[in-house]
Amino acid sequence: MSTHGENYLTAERGWRSWITTRDHKRIGVMYLTVILISVLLGGLFALAVRLHLWNPDGLLVSNDVYNRLFTLHGAVMIFLFIIPGIPAAFGNFVLPMMLGARDVAFPRLNLLSFYLYLAGTVFFLAVLVFGGIDTGWTLYPPYSFESGKGLALLLALLGVFIIGFSSILTGVNFIATMHNMRPKGMGFFDMPLFAWGLYATSIIQVIATPVLGITVALGFVEYLFHIGLFMPEYGGDPVLFQHFFWFYSHPAVYIMILPAMGVVSEVVSVFSRKPIFGYRFIAMSSIAIAIIGFLVWGHHMFVSGQSKWASVIFSVLTLLVAIPSAIKVFNWLATMYRGSIRLDTPMVYVLSFLLLFGVGGLTGLFLGSLSTDVPLHDTYFVVAHFHFVMVGSVLSAFMAALHYWWPKMTGRLYDERIGRWTAVMVLLGFLLTFVPQFIMGAEGAPRRYATYPYEWELLSRLSTVGAFVLGSGMFASLINLLQSLRRGGRRAPANPWGAATLEWFTTSPPDPHNFHGLPPLTGPYNFSVLQYIGGETGWVRRDGYNV
Amino acid sequence: MAGHDAKTASGPEQFLLDHFDSPAAQLHTAKLGMWVFLASEILFFSGLFTAYAVYRGNHPEMFAYGQHFLDWRMGALNTVVLITSSLAAALSVRFAQLGQQTALRRSLLAVIGCAIAFMVVKYLEYSHKITNGVVWGDGFSPSPEILAELPAALRALPVPEGMGRFFSIYYCMTGLHGIHVLVGIGIYVWIYRHAARGHYGPTYYNAVDNAALYWHLVDLIWIFLFPLFYLIG
Repeated sequence: MSTHGENYLTAERGWRSWITTRDHKRIGVMYLTVILISVLLGGLFALAVRLHLWNPDGLLVSNDVYNRLFTLHGAVMIFLFIIPGIPAAFGNFVLPMMLGARDVAFPRLNLLSFYLYLAGTVFFLAVLVFGGIDTGWTLYPPYSFESGKGLALLLALLGVFIIGFSSILTGVNFIATMHNMRPKGMGFFDMPLFAWGLYATSIIQVIATPVLGITVALGFVEYLFHIGLFMPEYGGDPVLFQHFFWFYSHPAVYIMILPAMGVVSEVVSVFSRKPIFGYRFIAMSSIAIAIIGFLVWGHHMFVSGQSKWASVIFSVLTLLVAIPSAIKVFNWLATMYRGSIRLDTPMVYVLSFLLLFGVGGLTGLFLGSLSTDVPLHDTYFVVAHFHFVMVGSVLSAFMAALHYWWPKMTGRLYDERIGRWTAVMVLLGFLLTFVPQFIMGAEGAPRRYATYPYEWELLSRLSTVGAFVLGSGMFASLINLLQSLRRGGRRAPANPWGAATLEWFTTSPPDPHNFHGLPPLTGPYNFSVLQYIGGETGWVRRDGYNV
Repeated sequence: MAGHDAKTASGPEQFLLDHFDSPAAQLHTAKLGMWVFLASEILFFSGLFTAYAVYRGNHPEMFAYGQHFLDWRMGALNTVVLITSSLAAALSVRFAQLGQQTALRRSLLAVIGCAIAFMVVKYLEYSHKITNGVVWGDGFSPSPEILAELPAALRALPVPEGMGRFFSIYYCMTGLHGIHVLVGIGIYVWIYRHAARGHYGPTYYNAVDNAALYWHLVDLIWIFLFPLFYLIG
């Protein structure tokens, strides 16, 4: 055991102690670092894409390079940021502490997951060096596996395969952790809702990701040996690839959103100072989304020539997802109702989430309905919808989580005022980027083109301005967080927000072993046990148990 | 499997990771993790089983024809070999639980031996086909010698178009299964080395148990592959 005053950051020193660590907190921090670098990379690609679209004829690069830019933007953001973002970084850091455990079930496996993720990231960087791929992140054959695509394609496929493996192992680890590392007295329905979000996510990771694995593996051999499963040139069926791809990639959007919803459940309750409303409904709606999410992949393929009856069934099932999603939103609103709401930075991001997820979710109904999807297919409407749910919502929740757990991870408090204003800036930048894209899409603007007709010049330029506002907001908030780490930055109390989940009942930053003995369990949303002292102390427990 | 902290104990306690309360909790968690991982493995193969179903549904003639290139006796031999190895794997868990070190080591060697025998048969099958042009995709061009081995009634028929795709699926499925067998051999060699040092006993046999779970799945997948490819005529 460590002596008093030591924490997980200082208990061992030197880079060697980091790269061989099995401490879930350090692994979470390492994930977070690589993920933030990936966001930066994906964000730069996005800005380049938007800058190019400033002029109808294109401003910046050749059409070929443009295709590579949007492909890498999509692939990096999806595989390196949104999918691992919240579960791998924050899930790793807080899940064991939320359960009062010392670590995840399999600490060594956890470190392996991180290295696989890192290896996948390196593969993606190598793709960049070897010319990039221009297929879109969906890799549809026949275009994607045509001869002569070269090393970049194979590296990208390997990268996806390896990252998928990392994702599966993280899922296995979290499921085992939640089943077996809970303390006596904490039933499944006593877990924080963030844990429930991770549980549903882990199920999808374990069941859906291997299908992507076999798909890219088959793509690999298709490219090298022309086995003729996907390529019509060799007698293969390209629609089969689409089925395989979306069997993973649709559930994958729930891998992205469910942990985000978990973050929202935590933050909305803490910053409304009210127990979460409808705990069991929120918990079970995560599971419902995970299950229904497996049965809707065909809604990506309404124009692929699949059977029309399949399309009808997929459409109905897709609309069913709206029910558990709406259950969550209504429960969050009910939690806020008559709550004592504090607009600290995490809460501002969560309010952004609610707005953007509302719009993103409702426009999803347009795309899930067969008749409206056909004209909207492959337009900017799809791009805007996808970004509202995956960027607007998930990025907001990611930023909420980053600001919410930052004091716990680093032991420092950032500047609240700057945090709040950058959150507003991110929201406004986001709206300015993607509302015009909804309009363009409804007018029929096709996505993925390097050029466009003059009539969309104004909307496209508004979108580009918005992207730069969004990017600046992100950058400013990151600087604000990093500023808090400087010498003499404000120290965070153990419980700065008055949260009742277990991770706040240990020091900030936590002890290497998380706790000195398990704190008495009082329920994750029971705020009556807390009282505000203020200043350096923050919130403390009334029962006298304090660190 | 040393814990976070260096432990001085030499008995089974040395394998208890410090974030578990008891060896039983650790075993239970390890097995849960393995079961979840095996679910993942099944889904990994499911893509190939789906491809098999789709292509067999669309091109039944390819499957009816291609099956005759496969020797059911070789397949049956490998089925027996794998089932025997699964029995040995199950026994190895029991011997570890009972602490019978010699029997444990022998049963582990039996698993490894059967797995190697499986790969040898696989090699004979593959090399016979590949040297005779029975390969995947467009490369499919069977030699006169191997065509002569086909039943007379079949020789009179023309080769179905795109026949190579049957063997694409065959090589992908049995190849991926073969890779799993090779991984299994690696795992069992690693376990044997631990067993030789007497690391397993009644209170700690987690790795033996989990390896057997994995091995049974590899066996089970073969149980499906054998009839699906060799016995469909």
